[in-house]
Amino acid sequence: MRAANCGDAEAYRKLLREISPVLRGFARRAPSSYRLSVEDVEDIVQETLLAMHLKRHTWVESKPLLPWIRAMAHNKLVDHLRRSGRGEQLPIDEFSDLLVADVPASIASALDAETAIGKLKGRQRDVVVAISVNGKSAREVAEELRMTEGAVRVVLHRALRSLSKALRSDRP
Amino acid sequence: MKTDDLIEVLVLDASRPRHSLAQRVLGAALLGALVAGILFAIALGVRADIRIAFETWRFAFKFALALICMACAWWACLELARPEVRLKDVAGWIAFGPALLAVAVLCELVAIPPAQWPERTVGNYAGTCLLAIPLLSIVPLVALLIALRAGAPRVPASAGAAAGLLAGCLSAALYATHCPDDSPLFVAVWYALAVTLVTLTGALAGHRILRW
Repeated sequence: MRAANCGDAEAYRKLLREISPVLRGFARRAPSSYRLSVEDVEDIVQETLLAMHLKRHTWVESKPLLPWIRAMAHNKLVDHLRRSGRGEQLPIDEFSDLLVADVPASIASALDAETAIGKLKGRQRDVVVAISVNGKSAREVAEELRMTEGAVRVVLHRALRSLSKALRSDRP
Repeated sequence: MKTDDLIEVLVLDASRPRHSLAQRVLGAALLGALVAGILFAIALGVRADIRIAFETWRFAFKFALALICMACAWWACLELARPEVRLKDVAGWIAFGPALLAVAVLCELVAIPPAQWPERTVGNYAGTCLLAIPLLSIVPLVALLIALRAGAPRVPASAGAAAGLLAGCLSAALYATHCPDDSPLFVAVWYALAVTLVTLTGALAGHRILRW
């Protein structure tokens, strides 16, 4: 994370990949009475990753990383349950341990994020779709949309913020 | 969307965060202090006998207490903006100011005869105190809340309350240099009431706008 905060993309990718199964395990440990489906779990994982990304400056480098991640995940889990009308309160003590649960990444797909991307407008959606769904690089997207690479990055950053906002306000 | 795809998007957006949370909150506090300071200078101004006042323990305590509470609120504000910090982790910092005040109140009760207690408590300008401190707090509070939107508080209301406490203490420190009521008894009632009001406002606002 420290390296990632200094702009080391490779370290950041590695961190996010390694943390995803941890988050998945965390979401699975929600009491079974909430009946979280595989999609629910993946939604929570993705929301947590997005929140971690947008709030990464709230981690203080001298502090341990795991409690911070756990708190992020807890917040997003509660958020998700609240949104889907499955209760407001969740005792945090039940989540004091982290268990790793792995799902082969190829079948793990979430629904909420797609709905939220659908709510993005114009450029923001173009950029997110091109990169996430079509797997293009920033340069390719820039050429396609006739923007500079820097502008694509700015649009992308704004899109991520709108995405997070859309996920939050998405009440059925 | 697959999680791995999302990760690729996030990696592409990775860059060094431009400002730390502390920098943002500091910027907001300085801006708020500047605006509140200007408003204070225009509307109220420092009392004429400030030099002499600083030599009395009551005035010196009143002013120092506001500064100490401000420092504690600043720390609480930064801590509560992080997701893993709970209110009880900073409770000691927040309780420090009121504890000091309680000691000063005891000293005052010993120092002056009971007949003067009501008079000292009511003071001369309780209404001004109740009005000036919240009004001076508005701009600092708004600036702090905006800065805290970059945070990720575990309980948004508590981070908002800390921002309110900081803004309230900042205004209290300014107003203290105008107000001629120096008795700890007065401070414990009217200053405390005004700052509590700002803190509650901060908590309510934080609950609404500091969600993430």
